[in-house]
Amino acid sequence: MHEPEFVAVVREKIVVSDGVVALVLGHADGTPLPSWRPGAHIDLVLGDGLVRQYSLCGDPADASAYRLGVLREPAGRGGSAYVHDTLSPGDRILVRGPRNHFELEDAPSYLFVAGGIGVTPLLPMIAEVDAGGARWRLLYGGRTRPSMAFLDVLDRYGDRVLVRPQDRHGLLDLKGFLEEATRDTLVYGCGPEPLLAALEDACGARDMLRVERFAPKESIHDDRDGMFEVVLAQSGLTLTVGPGQTVLECVEAAGIPVLSSCQEGTCGTCETDVLEGTPDHRDSLLTEDERAEGTTMMICVSRCLGERLVLDL
Amino acid sequence: MTSGATTSSGPGPSVPGPVPVPVPVLDDDPFSVSFLADPYPRHERMREAGPVVWLSHYGIWASARHEQVVTALTDWRAFSSASGVGLADFRKEKPWRVPSLLLEADPPDHTRVREVMTEVLSSRRVRGLREEFAAVAESLVGDLVERGTFDAVRDLAEVFPLRVFPDALGLPEEGRENLMPYGGMAFNGFGPRNDLFHEAMADAPRIQEWINESCRRENLAAGGLGQDIWAFADTGRITPEQAAMLVRSLLSAGIDTTVYAIGNALAALAAHPGQWARVHENPALAKLAFEEAIRFESPVQTFFRTTTRAVDLGGVRIGPGEKILLFLGAANRDPRKWINPHTLDVTRRTAGHVGFGTGIHACVGQQVARLEGDVVLTALARRAAMLSPTAAPEPRPNNTLRGFSSAPIRVEKAAVRGR
Ligand code: HEM
Ligand code: FES
Repeated sequence: MHEPEFVAVVREKIVVSDGVVALVLGHADGTPLPSWRPGAHIDLVLGDGLVRQYSLCGDPADASAYRLGVLREPAGRGGSAYVHDTLSPGDRILVRGPRNHFELEDAPSYLFVAGGIGVTPLLPMIAEVDAGGARWRLLYGGRTRPSMAFLDVLDRYGDRVLVRPQDRHGLLDLKGFLEEATRDTLVYGCGPEPLLAALEDACGARDMLRVERFAPKESIHDDRDGMFEVVLAQSGLTLTVGPGQTVLECVEAAGIPVLSSCQEGTCGTCETDVLEGTPDHRDSLLTEDERAEGTTMMICVSRCLGERLVLDL
Repeated sequence: MTSGATTSSGPGPSVPGPVPVPVPVLDDDPFSVSFLADPYPRHERMREAGPVVWLSHYGIWASARHEQVVTALTDWRAFSSASGVGLADFRKEKPWRVPSLLLEADPPDHTRVREVMTEVLSSRRVRGLREEFAAVAESLVGDLVERGTFDAVRDLAEVFPLRVFPDALGLPEEGRENLMPYGGMAFNGFGPRNDLFHEAMADAPRIQEWINESCRRENLAAGGLGQDIWAFADTGRITPEQAAMLVRSLLSAGIDTTVYAIGNALAALAAHPGQWARVHENPALAKLAFEEAIRFESPVQTFFRTTTRAVDLGGVRIGPGEKILLFLGAANRDPRKWINPHTLDVTRRTAGHVGFGTGIHACVGQQVARLEGDVVLTALARRAAMLSPTAAPEPRPNNTLRGFSSAPIRVEKAAVRGR
């Protein structure tokens, strides 16, 4: 069975801090939304191949609304900018999920660590844990206090929440915070990569940490792109594909006519048979099986996992 | 009215705010038989008049330049398809048929059905069609080349797609003669209610009934693309109603387009013996030749969009809710984009042509179309050393498509090669 996918309608859009808006979504046809548990996230399908993941931060018992917090990411590829600048109440938007890779496990006590917008999945966790009577504390860091979202929601928990904006308090004191951990405490962390790395360090070998990272989605050119060799079997040419170059560009530069169209791995026009070598697939067309087989590739975006590819060109 | 371009500072319906640049006004009727029969000089005048022009005959905007056409096709948020990609504005007029779930839809509705269709027409699936398509092309072309002279349109372009594509879909044998007339309805239906429209619609109820019947699950053969679409209804990703509508999309978009494309490619190559010689010499060029022919003589000439808000295009301020006619065929000959645009060059780098559209609505069947073009031209390239026209091709006017009803050619058989 395919995971849920449905059209939602934006009911509300509220600015909740500098750079963060909260969205309230309902099912477009008014029916109850798929159920979820704390830690879950959904995909917003924004069009143009843009899919962004956002944690649900509302109340799982409320099947009429999903709440999410969206940070404007200056370096983002446009997903968050679109949500901030264009998406408006009444707009319809495609939603996939929810799914959960950050399940709340049972424990007698919890420590939560949030960095910036990473607070969102923790909010429903905290609500549930608090209602269940477990012991818990939250350490919440951010750039500046005005940039930190949902402080009003957290207000009612009093001093179980430590709000630590970096401009006043410096880096989070993870070591000190974790001193409260007992043998059966679970630590839940969500935030930027350096924070999560520091948290992993601080927890050491103890299996008490649960984190969520949103892996940055595919990018066509990235810093790790290395050089590799491409042999064109039919033309008998050997070419070197440089870091900033695509196989397609390189083949064309060598004067071999090849068809291409979208040049972003979405149309299939440049598909080329691979005779040897392992492609690093970056297209949005091939199935998992085809990727694993590796006998064909979209040369406008895909690269090489080894040092050499032989293509049927 | 003069037939030349005039310039006005504020044409059209109430344009909010000042018009930043003077907008050229043209009184051409781009759906008149005379325009359709000889579009290129008129395209040129429109393209050179400005990035965006006002067509007073219909009270619509238009662009014939590559840059603006690509911008409008790409920016689906400002340039919507849901109000119809023809002249009719679905918010004001009742469409002649239930709107397409793909072509005449915007995200988010478009996104999910498009994903299903992309999976149905996956590269693997299309690759799987090659053997059968190539076998039919070899046998059909082989017979025609033996004849020495034939009509590239009637004997080949109209025959080949109608033989392979309905089989690939799994359509019933009976009633396939309705397919071309249905395509004629669909593509004339994007224009105004002119004579072409009325002629195409003459037998509409009967043809539509056959089409609707053919989209039903029980009427589609196992193993075909039609059943592939229906299989998605079982997973819950689309409803049964949507499945039937998506089969209809393939019936309306997948036949006439390729008939026109193959006919245009053959007519163009027959008229350019030097180019054909290169393809004959190296049949691997066949697929590039087909692509170049789509740029050169674009089968789909035009599509409309409707603005969702006030928007600047090429410095022209267009108000919300207005129709704009995008000349794909003219963008494909814009000298700002192409070197020697009016020359057929089979080794040209054709990337960036908009013959298959671009952006989220870019033709979802383009790999099927390329496969058809490739196998036909390859089969011919192996057998025919020379093509030459024996009479001028006869234009077949259509409100959207450009092509011919007849293109008689003579072929010179190649000496047998060791293939
Ligand atoms: C050479 C032949 C063809 C040409 C020139 C062509 C051209 C186009 C163009 C220009 C569009 C874009 C429409 C827009 O932007 O509003 C389009 C869309 C489409 N084409 Fe094709 N097409 C061809 C063959 C086919 C075939 C063989 C199929 C089916 C197998 C097909 C199915 C479709 C569909 C379903 C759409 C709508 C896609 C969407 O809106 O997302 N086409 N085609
Ligand atoms: S050119 Fe479109 S997938 Fe490579």
